Amino acid sequence: MTDAPVTEEELHAYVDGALPADRIAAVESYLASNPAEAARVAEWRAQISAIRARFGPVADEPVPERLQLDKILLRASGLRRKVAVAAAIALMLGAAGGWFARDFFNGESDREIARALADAAIEAHRLYINEVRHPIEVRADEAHLLPWLSRRVGSPVRAPDLADEGLKLLGGRLLPGPTALIMYEGGNGDRVTITCARTKREGQTAFKWRRMDDVGALAWFESGLAFVVAGPAERERLDRIARRVYSAYEAPDRR
Amino acid sequence: MAALMPRMEPAMTAVRRGLEALVPALRRFARALSRDAETADDLVQDTMVRALRAEHLFQGGDLRTWLFTILLNLDRNRRRGLARRPTFAVVEDVDPPGEPTSDGTGRDIERGLALLPQEQREVLLLVALEGMSYREAAEVQGVPIGTVMSRLSRARAALRAHIEGDVSPLRSVR
Repeated sequence: MTDAPVTEEELHAYVDGALPADRIAAVESYLASNPAEAARVAEWRAQISAIRARFGPVADEPVPERLQLDKILLRASGLRRKVAVAAAIALMLGAAGGWFARDFFNGESDREIARALADAAIEAHRLYINEVRHPIEVRADEAHLLPWLSRRVGSPVRAPDLADEGLKLLGGRLLPGPTALIMYEGGNGDRVTITCARTKREGQTAFKWRRMDDVGALAWFESGLAFVVAGPAERERLDRIARRVYSAYEAPDRR
Repeated sequence: MAALMPRMEPAMTAVRRGLEALVPALRRFARALSRDAETADDLVQDTMVRALRAEHLFQGGDLRTWLFTILLNLDRNRRRGLARRPTFAVVEDVDPPGEPTSDGTGRDIERGLALLPQEQREVLLLVALEGMSYREAAEVQGVPIGTVMSRLSRARAALRAHIEGDVSPLRSVR
């Protein structure tokens, strides 16, 4: 085995310190009798030295403030925001504790409830549209998406076709509440979410518009369900989308 | 709800400690990869944010390869974005002020690296700069070890050809 011919791989492994000990002698004697190969190996070593000399010192520089862990933790407070969002939505929708929510709703006007609900949904929207890897839990092409969300929310959840608005269904996720979050994506990467949950509240309300910076939302209640459509703050477009959602839930097979 | 609460604790988890310790190495690798200090630190920042968000998905294993994998994916996304812009053509002219390039060798290796195809530059830096094993480099790049070997071999040959054609003083670095 130790007498086997030296391969190209072994030359690299020799330079990278990855060569098995029992092949070192064979490689070294091969290099001793092959000056051209020895020159090649020497050049690879010189490359490594040059790379390390040029970039190695970067690791000795003090870490800039913006890369310090506590700063990053603030930026990445997605986890904390996630909990805050979950808490806000659960509070709004009352599924976590019916009596508390009922009391809460009793003391508030429709407008205030819709606003708080929209704020919570905007937060959820912001949080998940910026997720690159896991914006959703279940993809649109998985058949169980809507049955799963419907079962958890306790009412049929629908995902209307929004192709006219240039939006394609990405999928959905479940938020505490339980609340369904359905996400669509446009060709230029813009994302629109529909948040939907059961609420103790009866009756219906008009669309309430809410805007926070570049995100807009329309919230409404309809027959024991609370809805929020959130997306880029273009009022007219969100209005059209909200109407689509509204109509989808008006369909005759609605329980 | 209650199940979510423990994640709120800003606890110094093992992942966080490990991440903090690896920041210098991530910066070094990102700097070599992007050749621009600002871009490199942006990349490291995004890597850290992403890692902390996905912290609960890290199932043990090697933290360093996990973090480098995240960084490479972010860098590839960034490059795809840049490639759509017509202005992204000049790579040799990048010469950040205050960098130790005055002796010529630093700039020379930079230029050589800049001319390599992306995946060859990645593997050479993972192995030569970060001292990763072939197996680790394969894991980070998401390819078989054989692919790592052939990329490394081509990277070294290309760098050698470039530097010889350039009458460079690289040899003197030894």
